[in-house]
Amino acid sequence: MARPAQVSPEVPAAQALSAPAAAPAAGVGGWFDDRAPVSGFAKKALRKAFPDHWSFLLGEVALYSFIILLLTGVFLTVWFKPSMAEVEYAGTYQLLHGVPMSEAFASTLAISFDIRGGLLVRQIHHWAAMLFVASMTVHMLRVFFTGAFRKPREVNWLIGVGLLSMGLVEGFAGYSLPDDLLSGTGLRFVDGLVRSIPIIGTWAEFFIFNGEFPGDLVIPRLYMVHILLVPGLLLGLISAHMALLVYHKHTHFPGPGRKDTNVVGGPLFPVYVAKAGGFFFIVFGVTILMGALMQINPVWLFGPYNPAQVTAGSQPDWYMGFVEGAIRIIPNWETHLLGTTWSWNIFLPGVGLMGLLFTGLGLYPFIEQWITGDTAEHHVLDRPRNVPTRTALGVAGMTCYAMFWLSGGNDILATQFGVSLNDVTQVMRVAVFVAPVIAFIVTKRLCLSLQRKDRERVLHGSESGILVRTPDGGYTEAHVPLEQEEAFILTQHHQPAALEPSVGTDARGVRRRGKRVGGLRVRLSQWYADGAIAKPTAADIADAGHHGEAADAVETTPPAGELSGAASSGKGEGH
Amino acid sequence: MKQDLERYPVPDPGVPHEVERFTDVDEAAGRRAYAQVVGLLALVPVLAIAFVVVYFAVPIDAQFVLFGALFKAHPVLLGLTGGLAVLLVGVAAIHWARTIMGDEEVVEERHPAGSAPEARAAAAEAWKVGVAQTGLGRRKLIGSGIAGGLGILVVPALVLFADLGPWPTAALRKETVEKTIWAEGVRIVNDVNFKPLRAADLEVGQLVNAQPINLQELEGVALQQAKAKASLIVVRMDPASIRVPESRQDWHVNGILAYSKICTHVGCPISLWEQQTHHLLCPCHQSTFDLGNSGLVVFGPAARSLPQLPITTDAEGFLIARSDFTVPVGPSFFERDSSRDFKEGDR
Repeated sequence: MARPAQVSPEVPAAQALSAPAAAPAAGVGGWFDDRAPVSGFAKKALRKAFPDHWSFLLGEVALYSFIILLLTGVFLTVWFKPSMAEVEYAGTYQLLHGVPMSEAFASTLAISFDIRGGLLVRQIHHWAAMLFVASMTVHMLRVFFTGAFRKPREVNWLIGVGLLSMGLVEGFAGYSLPDDLLSGTGLRFVDGLVRSIPIIGTWAEFFIFNGEFPGDLVIPRLYMVHILLVPGLLLGLISAHMALLVYHKHTHFPGPGRKDTNVVGGPLFPVYVAKAGGFFFIVFGVTILMGALMQINPVWLFGPYNPAQVTAGSQPDWYMGFVEGAIRIIPNWETHLLGTTWSWNIFLPGVGLMGLLFTGLGLYPFIEQWITGDTAEHHVLDRPRNVPTRTALGVAGMTCYAMFWLSGGNDILATQFGVSLNDVTQVMRVAVFVAPVIAFIVTKRLCLSLQRKDRERVLHGSESGILVRTPDGGYTEAHVPLEQEEAFILTQHHQPAALEPSVGTDARGVRRRGKRVGGLRVRLSQWYADGAIAKPTAADIADAGHHGEAADAVETTPPAGELSGAASSGKGEGH
Repeated sequence: MKQDLERYPVPDPGVPHEVERFTDVDEAAGRRAYAQVVGLLALVPVLAIAFVVVYFAVPIDAQFVLFGALFKAHPVLLGLTGGLAVLLVGVAAIHWARTIMGDEEVVEERHPAGSAPEARAAAAEAWKVGVAQTGLGRRKLIGSGIAGGLGILVVPALVLFADLGPWPTAALRKETVEKTIWAEGVRIVNDVNFKPLRAADLEVGQLVNAQPINLQELEGVALQQAKAKASLIVVRMDPASIRVPESRQDWHVNGILAYSKICTHVGCPISLWEQQTHHLLCPCHQSTFDLGNSGLVVFGPAARSLPQLPITTDAEGFLIARSDFTVPVGPSFFERDSSRDFKEGDR
């Protein structure tokens, strides 16, 4: 193995190797192509299909805002000093002159007032951070409601959940850095949260803050987390997310020619490159304009952190609002046991709720797969109405989140609407449980109604607006048959039946192999499939078509019976 | 075929033919789109130069008023020129892609995401060959040794972080989270000007944010840590309108009571004072405490009453502490003995 290779000068080995490269490629690309399989990759990649839909841009917004965060973040690290050492402010902002503050806060003021472009970049960075978490969240909802997390994309869904949770940590670490009154209040809250962890809480607090709150190291440590640790993890996860995306190829919405076995869309080069590349500049441009025109986090108005002060109406950035809300509305449960204190009133809404959210999100694809028994690969997206239980669960989850989030502003709600703060809190305590149930029922009914409407459209066509009076005085409205494309979209979905309980033994009394479908799973599966409106069969459509032709004899414009004709001749059509 | 009809009651019409765009068929429209893209791109260098001019020419502290709002000229103009320049690049690229580039769609076939069975078998075979080569089949202890060795290496890696912070042992807790700088005889001072508070100067209904006088001796981190625990609320209420339990009869001075300002929930400083009800509301999570009733919780997520500081007056009539707080202040922690906090019904 380790024997040195004998290379005799007579044998032109290197020559022989490069000889077959008959047509030496020119230019830089050619230079690289001689050293790595650039062409081999490019011949496939350049014409890769990318389906077009506005909702596919949401993930792009997330990716682009992350790039904007990296770019603006580099600028900020050049000036920011992550130190809690006390200095006396001597910068240009007159109102804080002579005020003792940490170096971190003083350097944030310097970025805002003394460094050209500093305030702009700081504000772009903060807006991009808001956008980053927001676009990840909405992207995740799109993936959820269209079923894009199904096989083979479960791993990418898990990576996405990881990205979202890391995004929250990253955002929180970031807005804690300036060490102003608001961010210090946020850290005080985290201190309380960490302390509340049973058994190890105090140790965790002392380890994070290097002693008692606030200590002298939490800002440098958060700085490391914010600019190295979490961005590194995010970058790694994003790379894996994108690699899997490229490998799986993008999903597409149902449409003519769109199948689970193909992908239809614009080619990567040049159309998608121009559109996606252009879209990056649009996202970047818009965040720059936001940074220029919309003030965000004016830390100089809050002043340096002072553990004895707080502003009424203090709130975290929007994405921590649900935790804040839960912390506000939880009843004051605390257990005192044998000289120890168990703070359920902080641990449950803080650590517990975040754990529940991200665990629930991570498990959902596997739970759904278990309930439906669906093990097939899916590349055509679901229309949310066709999976009513999932859609209803999603809306229920969103409603629950929204109730917690609103609770995070219970004081604002109370003052804005002139109602009692205590009543708002009490109502929210109920609403976080009741509102999701109502949302579930309403959404499921809406989905089923939309399914009925789809069925109706396929069977009877769309309303033409032409009223026909029959000889005996009745009135009917003529219907126009659907285009085949639309009818296909409305009927292409799969309608899985509920699982049947499997019998332990077959007809001859021999024990069956494989997993048994248990009672709970069957009940869940029935609940999941409950109420589905059967999509029209080919026979239904053919019947309705003939019936329609007779009834709609008056309408002439679109060729009557195009649809039924297609359906009945479907037998002969191979594709 | 029959099954296909069941799955797809309406047959797939196949990928539709591209519909020609206006710019494809109308020569003039095509020229217009071309001019628009080039025009948008031509504005980019203009804006980029404007950005550079703004950077150097506009003073950093210049301001202007527009629609009644005050704008800082430097960041606003910098952002407008830079933002529009970047935006236009994007708009031009997308306009180009939508109106001029060919819009034929491509259809790519997918393949199952998983490995082919042959690949799977080949990989399993390669793994088997490799395993045989390791010799672990006969010399099993190497495997256990590797696993155990790697496992034990986690311990030194973790131990490396044991000094992340001081260990909160019982002794250290007594000196830190369970202690404040209040002590017998420490004067109570106004937290802004550090003037000692004289009992006679406080009116009924008045609330003063206070600190211990010895806070002035501290600075930097020690100051912040001390302040995060010692901050005080001093209120004067009509002694006839409040309830003072027997055990705390000598904790107040003619209706002047002192409470910790640090919320027992997650530690925000509490200062929203309802004079008539004697309620004190935390602005962070709205826990409400009754200062007229030993600081008991009347609403919100806080579980424990607000610690009260026993006070008296010195010979000159200034308010002083009689001791440190009798229970730890601030948010709960696991080792906190919360049996000594004041509860409803205590005397």
